Amino acid sequence: MTTQQDKPSGFAATDVLVNKFEDGPDTVEKAEKAPDELQPFADLGLKDDEYAKIREILGRRPTASELAMYSIMWSEHCSYKSSKVHLREFVAKVPKNTRMLAGIGENAGVVQVSDDLAVTFKVESHNHPSYVEPYQGAATGVGGIVRDILAMGARPIAVMDPLRFGAADHPDTARVLPGVVAGIGGYGNCLGLPNIGGEIVFDPCYQGNPLVNALSIGVMPVERLQKKEATGTGNIVVLMGARTGRDGIGGVSVLASATFDEEAEQRRPSVQVGDPFMEKLLIESCLELYDAGLVSGIQDLGGAGLTCALTETAAAAGTGMRVWLERVPLREASMSPTEILASESQERMLLIVTPENLEAVLKVAEKWGVWATAIGEVTPAGADGTPGRLLITWNDHVVVDVPPGSLADDGPVYDRPMREPSDLILLQADRAETLHRPSTGDELRETVLRMIASPNLCDKTWVTEQYDRYVLGNTVLAQPEDSGVLRLDEVTNLGVALSVDGNGRYARLDPYEGAKLALAESYRNVAVTGAEPIAVSDCLNFGSPEDPAVMWQFAQAVRGLADGCQQLGIPVTGGNVSFYNQTGAAAIHPTPVIGVLGLFDDVTRRIPMGFKNNGELLFLLGETRAELSGSEWAWVTHDHLGGRPPKVDLAAEQALGKLMAQASKAALVSAAHDLSDGGLAQVLVESCLRHEVGATVTFPADGESAFVQLFSESAGRALVAVPVGHEKAFVALAAEFGVPIAQIGVTSPEATLTVTDQFAIPLAELRTAFTETLPKLFGGSAELVNRAAPVEVEAPVSEGRSVTLELTEPKPGGPIES
Amino acid sequence: MRIGVVTFPGSLDDGDAARAARIAGAEAVRLWHGDPDLHGVDAVVLPGGFSYGDYLRCGAIARFAPVMESIIDAARGGLPVLGICNGFQVLCEAHLLPGALTRNQHLHFRNRDQWLKVESTNTAWTNNFTGGQEILIPVKNGEGCYVADAKTLDALEAEGRVIARYVRGNPNGSQRDIAGITNEAGNVVGIMPHPEHAVEALTGPSLDGLGFFTSVLRALAGATAGGQLAGGQQ
Repeated sequence: MTTQQDKPSGFAATDVLVNKFEDGPDTVEKAEKAPDELQPFADLGLKDDEYAKIREILGRRPTASELAMYSIMWSEHCSYKSSKVHLREFVAKVPKNTRMLAGIGENAGVVQVSDDLAVTFKVESHNHPSYVEPYQGAATGVGGIVRDILAMGARPIAVMDPLRFGAADHPDTARVLPGVVAGIGGYGNCLGLPNIGGEIVFDPCYQGNPLVNALSIGVMPVERLQKKEATGTGNIVVLMGARTGRDGIGGVSVLASATFDEEAEQRRPSVQVGDPFMEKLLIESCLELYDAGLVSGIQDLGGAGLTCALTETAAAAGTGMRVWLERVPLREASMSPTEILASESQERMLLIVTPENLEAVLKVAEKWGVWATAIGEVTPAGADGTPGRLLITWNDHVVVDVPPGSLADDGPVYDRPMREPSDLILLQADRAETLHRPSTGDELRETVLRMIASPNLCDKTWVTEQYDRYVLGNTVLAQPEDSGVLRLDEVTNLGVALSVDGNGRYARLDPYEGAKLALAESYRNVAVTGAEPIAVSDCLNFGSPEDPAVMWQFAQAVRGLADGCQQLGIPVTGGNVSFYNQTGAAAIHPTPVIGVLGLFDDVTRRIPMGFKNNGELLFLLGETRAELSGSEWAWVTHDHLGGRPPKVDLAAEQALGKLMAQASKAALVSAAHDLSDGGLAQVLVESCLRHEVGATVTFPADGESAFVQLFSESAGRALVAVPVGHEKAFVALAAEFGVPIAQIGVTSPEATLTVTDQFAIPLAELRTAFTETLPKLFGGSAELVNRAAPVEVEAPVSEGRSVTLELTEPKPGGPIES
Repeated sequence: MRIGVVTFPGSLDDGDAARAARIAGAEAVRLWHGDPDLHGVDAVVLPGGFSYGDYLRCGAIARFAPVMESIIDAARGGLPVLGICNGFQVLCEAHLLPGALTRNQHLHFRNRDQWLKVESTNTAWTNNFTGGQEILIPVKNGEGCYVADAKTLDALEAEGRVIARYVRGNPNGSQRDIAGITNEAGNVVGIMPHPEHAVEALTGPSLDGLGFFTSVLRALAGATAGGQLAGGQQ
């Protein structure tokens, strides 16, 4: 018997109910016989009125398994109950677009990119699990988003990961970051997907709530687009992939849909455990099944596991489903039916297969060495056209009998109270433009070196070289470039560019403009490579929706993003909402992370970011204003966050994009780099260091001060390098598109970054400042040299061939160029 | 010429190795781990990846795949075999090459563009390079640290069987900076970096990787003409 002291919580609580019956699990029959049985709905995160609604739908109390299923499907994570009313903005404001083949509500959005090819991409969060168990949390985040892409019928071809951590020098960041990075690498590398970009941002607001978002992109022949509907009475329901275990039980309802508290550490069993090898086999099996036309419907199992997959596939088709739960292959034979339904074990897919195809499907699974088991069948809708029912038995006990739509579609919807944060007016009044600025050349020099060594602006190689960027052989550009660029077709050179961006500080100062700024930056990152931006995916990371201030930020950000997409004429094709990124009363900065997909008719014309040749002309595109509020400069040098974020002008972004696309087609530009965090100074340093080419820059005497020129974060700007001979054509093109343009310098044969009349910094000094930060914080090759080198038994170490690890980074890039 | 590329469960760079073979001018033939038939190929590439999930030990299970039994026999008979990354690990596990690949000394997976110095050019896979030539090839592995006992290392160096060493930095702690080795006959080569990712200007840091694939074509052409593989004494 349980007592008050050791009262179990979460899903363990459902077992109390189960165990009370000596003769097997809680069944529909028992629910009818004992209607007043007290049920632990509150422990599962259900409110009183939600529980009452479940009883009303069923006409009785739910069984233990049903209760668990409702608690999962009606959780914030699965039902979007707090965000739904706001997300309608995306649908209402979706620009006219003929490319979109699948949109919001599907596993991932799909856009057509040529007569016969389509691309699907989506970004998703795995924030809470990654804090509890960084390696597995981040790894299964990659696995989950990749299965979403796979479920659409696409071969996954790359991943990206926007990450946010607490203060770089906080001890817990040293626990979380290396684990997250190793998890992303461990899973993605083993899956054979190149990692082509992302973000790494540090801010104390993410200390107890790191953001681990993952994006995946896939490509497919248009006709291979898959559906999730469980159509066809008599069709077989097949569970394929890993066996079902006790990992991840309660992940979505317990972990993802509640605020963290001190017990978070004890929730480790709620984090799933990944097996990328199994996922690789699952990918190959699914693609073989698609190509052979053996699948009628498919859905991945991720958060909410079998519960979600069964109810969504049945609800989407309006059919019923009959499932024999004891047929599910288990890792632990003692699992209860509730646990089987709630398990979030990774690397599983649910297939709907016609009876005549079943044998062929099982054969493909066998070829790849994955489990595939027929666990149920599709049953008809009611004779009167009413949807069918989901009937689940476990060893002849009826444990579930529900209308699937009531779980998948009829969850509660809340229009939660909203209120502008009370401190916002004061925050916006505290402008960074009034802070003390460096003015002398020496001060500017010191500021540049300090800025590029700061955790948010420094070189991220320590992280990115733990990811495979080459596998699949189609990576044209990867981090640290502005966008990841992939070739889709070796014959036509059709390609895509992809970027993910967000700025929590901007969104904290103004969530509406902040969301637009994130969209603008991502759009610009894609556009400066020469690609045409065509679609958007988003991951909206916020605090608790039960806090009216957070809800206000969310509504503002969604409206900003929807308005922005409408203005730019590119649709939001899908995405993810992550609430409850909050520890106690402290919410994270509102952090909309926006992914933009761009298209190349010919990917060989992509524009990289680094200077390659000396003697080329440097042009600054766009208008520079004294916009310092929310900037990296204010944060790094004054620990300041206040004022209003930079002005965003989407028409100007569009003009810049069109100019760059045209310049790329005409091959007028050899390098281009988007200006954002850290401003022009950061861009000059990055573009110089990429291939060790120096630059000399001169600011016009009558313009803004050198300081503002270097550190302002005005949006809508890019730096481009134009080979001599092309400048007239390029300047004329800029005029044609109405993009402000100023020649500010040249690339130089000297390995120095010079700002005329202000300072000169040798590239070697810049490189040292830029690259030392992360290895110092998280350990690196330097630390390893001090360790005992492997002992070579009996052999004297010959000169020049001893085991040493380099202390300095070799020059990036290679000798050849296209 | 037909170059076979093996796909084990968990092979990842198999498509890329096949592409590289095609770009070099060969016909790429996909070989399946469960099928012992080599389909008459003239050479075999064991590609990178995580065969069998790297479970037990990298390459330890792949070594027992049905296709490997045929490859081991054929390699002893002179068939040119190139093992890249995981393929190198498989060749060591299969005892076609000495030594072993262990966890990177710094314990991280590492992907970077790596300079190598080609040393031995009298193998089936390196005869198109010049001795001492420096080439730029991507390296990407978590367990690429080459180890062997001192006697083996001395013998490899004395017999000219180190085909390439890491220069300008050792990415994984390999003993004596060894990036790749060959067997006594010169027909079996294992290399940790990935030549198949340096075969196109659009996607690679250089075109240096092509040399491995053109070398084997040259060796095979020589063998056809002269009746002997280039892998022997030159």
